[in-house]
Amino acid sequence: MLDASPSLPPRAGVGYKPQHYSDILDAAGPLGWLEIHAENYMGDGGRPIAQLRHLAERFPISVHGVGLSIGGQSDLDRDHLARLKHLVDWLNPASFSEHLAWSTHDSHFLNDLLPLPYTDRTLTRVAAHISQVQDTLGRQMLLENPSSYLAFAESEMDEPAFLSELVKRTGCGLLLDVNNVFVSATNLRTSPQAYIDAFALDAVGEIHLGGHDEDEDETGAPLLIDSHGAAVVDPVWALLDYTLAKSGPKPLLIEWDNDVPEWAVLADEITRADAALALA
Amino acid sequence: MKVTQSQFQAGLLDPDTPAPKGLVNPDGAQASKRYDVYRNNVAVSLADALESAFPVIRKLVGAEFFRAMAGVYLRKHPPQTPLMMFYGDRMPVFLKRFEPARSLPYLPDIARLELAMRRAYHAADASPISGEDLSAIPPDALMGARFSLAPAVQVLTSDHPIHGIYAANTQPDAPKPVSGPQSVLITRPVYDPVPHLITEQTAVFLNGLRDAQTLGVAMSLAGTGLDLGRVLGLLLSQNAITELKGPSS
Repeated sequence: MLDASPSLPPRAGVGYKPQHYSDILDAAGPLGWLEIHAENYMGDGGRPIAQLRHLAERFPISVHGVGLSIGGQSDLDRDHLARLKHLVDWLNPASFSEHLAWSTHDSHFLNDLLPLPYTDRTLTRVAAHISQVQDTLGRQMLLENPSSYLAFAESEMDEPAFLSELVKRTGCGLLLDVNNVFVSATNLRTSPQAYIDAFALDAVGEIHLGGHDEDEDETGAPLLIDSHGAAVVDPVWALLDYTLAKSGPKPLLIEWDNDVPEWAVLADEITRADAALALA
Repeated sequence: MKVTQSQFQAGLLDPDTPAPKGLVNPDGAQASKRYDVYRNNVAVSLADALESAFPVIRKLVGAEFFRAMAGVYLRKHPPQTPLMMFYGDRMPVFLKRFEPARSLPYLPDIARLELAMRRAYHAADASPISGEDLSAIPPDALMGARFSLAPAVQVLTSDHPIHGIYAANTQPDAPKPVSGPQSVLITRPVYDPVPHLITEQTAVFLNGLRDAQTLGVAMSLAGTGLDLGRVLGLLLSQNAITELKGPSS
């Protein structure tokens, strides 16, 4: 008999890094779940898969894809979708999420989350890709809002409206990255609170928090860069509180992918996220 | 002004191509440095992936040379799939033709070795046979038996001392490599791949087994002087044999 699909608890989770394997098993603290990048677990076997199998016995797992290119102009890569299905089938994770972005074009994978204009035409295409993913995996997926550094002159609607319409058309859920909201709002000179106000919070199945770098564009305007390589800054924690007050508790992830610190630093961020959830 | 993904992509790997028109900053002016963020993300993330794939090559040529070389490689061979764990598989051929690295003729074979180690790390798990399983084959049937090797097992031959160079750059107490050809067997007893120095004869023998030849045929391919007991002992101790089929099976 199969167990019912697990779901992510409304607690603090962390992006799993192999160097923290023992720390997580020995002293998880308030850690409630783990997120992995799907593409790192698409080998045939060996240590990565063995560690994942073991961790999945202890923690709910969220599978976060970074390579599906859902916002791509071309068809989804069927081989890649099949690899993803294989992973999701054997792991039966609590959640699967991907990005409102593209990364593959002309069979070149660019290893970055690239932006798309928000138009009727792109809406139709992205909705079709989400439906194809959900049909293939046999489950709902969450779609994450991107970090924006620039805008498309051709865009016809704003991002929260674009995402809400995708939810309506496909039944997908949303992954709300609060750091991305802050980064995009700073870069595009809009209000992060207004973005949250307009966001379909009922559809949110997971919240991300991460760090960013600060730079300037050629006009001297602030240019924040989503680096996943630093601690979450206070204005982003404040924006999280603003969000949680409206949404109630949600599964909350600390993302730290570059210049990964020792476990104690992440444990502090997890504790702070846990405290924010307790107040929600 | 529409920006297609072809137009967006064109400049990502070409610093001389200006940002596409139609990408704007909050004032509606043409984005330039803002587009460079994507250019930078792509180049840096791919160069980082190559660095983690080829730590020994990087040590041999130096960090600065490697970064510059990675910049050339990633523009010539962008990834074809999102599996970054296997990015860099054309590095051996690239290095063969990369003029600034001509003075280090062993680099392409070191790249082959690093790729093989990584493939071994991610290879499928296997259930090894034991020495008892091997002894259960009657001696007169042994020469007609066929062996299946674990998916992680790989054999490389080179005109250069690749095992010595690899060891000297990964282990603190390894001896200085001596010039001359070397062959390497890679095994993965559990999770960590191990490179073993083997004779060229052993390499021929193992390739015979891999091609599903019988033990007898693989031995005759290798010629006289093969220390069969030693090779089989190594394979058994490294969990490298997964199946033994007698002549009748």
